Amino acid sequence: MSAAVVPGTGRMTYREAVREALRQALRSDPHVFLMGEDVGAYGGCFAVSKGLLAEFGEERVRDTPLSESAFVGAGIGAALGGVKPIVEIMTGNFSLLALDQIVNNAATLCHMSGGQCPVPVVIRLATGAGRQLAAQHSHSFEGWYAHVPGVRIVVPATIDDARGMLGAALACPDPVLIFEPISLYNLEGELTAQADACDLDHAAVRRAGSDVTLIAHGASLYRALEAAGTLAERNVSAEVIDLRTLRPLDDATILASVRRTHRALIVDEGWRSGGIAAEIAMRIVEQGFYELDAPIGRVCTAEVPMPYPRHLEEAALPSATRIVAAVMSQLGR
Amino acid sequence: MSIEFRMPALGADMEAGTLLEWKVSPGDRVGRGDVVAVIDTDKGAIDVEIFSDGTVERLLVEPGTRVPVGAPLALLVGEPDAAVAEAVAQPPRTTTSASTAPSASIPLATMPGRAPRVRISPAARALAERLAIDAASLTGSGPHGAVSLVDVEAAARATPKAVSRRDTAPMRAVIAAAMARSKREIPHYYVTTTCDYTPVLDWVAIRNAGVPVEQRVLPVVPLLRAVVLAATQIPGFNGHCVDGRFDASQAVHLGVAVALRGGGLVTPAILDAGDKDVACLMRALSDLVGRARAGGLRASELASGTITVTSLGDEGVESVQPIIYPPQVAIVGAGAVVERPWLVAGEVRPRRLLTLTLAADHRVSDGRAGARFLARVADLLARPEAL
Repeated sequence: MSAAVVPGTGRMTYREAVREALRQALRSDPHVFLMGEDVGAYGGCFAVSKGLLAEFGEERVRDTPLSESAFVGAGIGAALGGVKPIVEIMTGNFSLLALDQIVNNAATLCHMSGGQCPVPVVIRLATGAGRQLAAQHSHSFEGWYAHVPGVRIVVPATIDDARGMLGAALACPDPVLIFEPISLYNLEGELTAQADACDLDHAAVRRAGSDVTLIAHGASLYRALEAAGTLAERNVSAEVIDLRTLRPLDDATILASVRRTHRALIVDEGWRSGGIAAEIAMRIVEQGFYELDAPIGRVCTAEVPMPYPRHLEEAALPSATRIVAAVMSQLGR
Repeated sequence: MSIEFRMPALGADMEAGTLLEWKVSPGDRVGRGDVVAVIDTDKGAIDVEIFSDGTVERLLVEPGTRVPVGAPLALLVGEPDAAVAEAVAQPPRTTTSASTAPSASIPLATMPGRAPRVRISPAARALAERLAIDAASLTGSGPHGAVSLVDVEAAARATPKAVSRRDTAPMRAVIAAAMARSKREIPHYYVTTTCDYTPVLDWVAIRNAGVPVEQRVLPVVPLLRAVVLAATQIPGFNGHCVDGRFDASQAVHLGVAVALRGGGLVTPAILDAGDKDVACLMRALSDLVGRARAGGLRASELASGTITVTSLGDEGVESVQPIIYPPQVAIVGAGAVVERPWLVAGEVRPRRLLTLTLAADHRVSDGRAGARFLARVADLLARPEAL
């Protein structure tokens, strides 16, 4: 990729970074098009695609009927037909209506055809809580999707990744699901040249530390970083890993960190039971049992449908306070 | 009544020590003289005794922590008078009393089939195995009291193996500080005499021939005994001089310079040496030298010497002019026993001679007193059977 892929760096929101990524993809490849509910005239329900209809026209920014199964299926068909669709699903909750298309078609066709029918579709989904959208719009299902072979699951948490992961997803021959945390759309930050070098394979160490490894993704990354700051005041040095990709999981980065710190705590906005946190913990046990100096910890969302009231929503979600308390108990303090 | 157990000064120049291990837990009753902790000093790992009777209420410092001299290490609850009497009536807590305790008090952990699994983190277990440390015997500081890496690392620092591999540089620094202070502050004077050691060697040979190996004495022991007696008889050589003021000591705690195999030396004291005859001194000496080399000296043995003897006889030199170990005021140096022609009753005879040098603090005593001291030692050595 040339430097021109990221036109300029500077301060922007996560939403603008995704929009820039879409714009760049639409500009640089005539086979790319965007489709989904309200992505055109309305500008996207989180205003991500605002202005793109005017710039690229109805052929390439397509409003779809209110039927996830139909338009995700159409996207899969388009990908099979040789173009590069970007399908937007308003929230992870609504993607359950397209579960059959994603799990039974997108994930399988390449494998069932002996590699003859790859499905290079990119599906963007808003995920998670934090905006008082209640139980039917706030859940985190990226961990569920990470159970399924044949798809790639990525969760950009930074401005650079919001800007850079879409290009990498379009270049990937597998179906890629990009989960964009709802609570991060207003996050502001610097876009750097790093966005150019985005991959879909590696976790990133966002803060180095020596006493415990905090493993997070998406919006949880910022809770982990906040907790790491508090822990530092208590002379506890926490390393923070941003998973970036939930399938495939970057075991090497996780284990390398745990071998340094000998303690691991997973922060996940999904529910605890059967969640991605359990999968990560088990991989650490399988590959690093003798490195562990304390039981692996998890801080997850309370096992309730996400409440609507602000204070209950906050109470249900992982918090820096709960992360700090969990780490202190791992240290025996 | 609450009593603070503080980091003791295990030598005049000690500023801080590292707590290696607690020998007691909250709730344990301790008596004066019980070893309660192991402290790592620049001189090695030292068993530290407590000087109060009481019950351990709280341990304030974690093993592995470096603590300045005088800082509280633990809190004790003092015994009320009745309890003190009871404590005196009962022997102090020892390993033998534990093994003879009635069966009702045997802890569950020692009963077959009932032992609770000791909590050890996988990483700590692996490290303990690598270092050949019995992790199950350690006190855990991790979550739920689990033994974790820091506990194993602390234990590794506390083991004699670690002591024998210890860096001698800190000990060098301690010796340097003490000797520099001595030469800077103490106006030494020296008196030397050569005495006929033949009677002592003959007496030792006869004595040793009649007893089993473990009861034999080394030829240096009569010298120790003679110095102890002279120190009790001639004032001005037994005690401490602090801030220019001499504090004579009633008891003689005889410092013995012990060279360590890894380099360096320590001068632990045989406590209350005045009450010990030759056989007793021999046992005390071999115990002290053994512990000095293996680790396990007691704090009181390191800090309380009142006069010191150093012998370089095994190196073959004929005399040594020693440096006083502050705050003591006298040290006797002995060279090797050498066979020389010597006039005995007007006739030249082969005799085995020992050259003794007294270095003493001129602020406390004068050369004439020093001469009397050394003459008394030589006089005592002429009649070893009277020692």
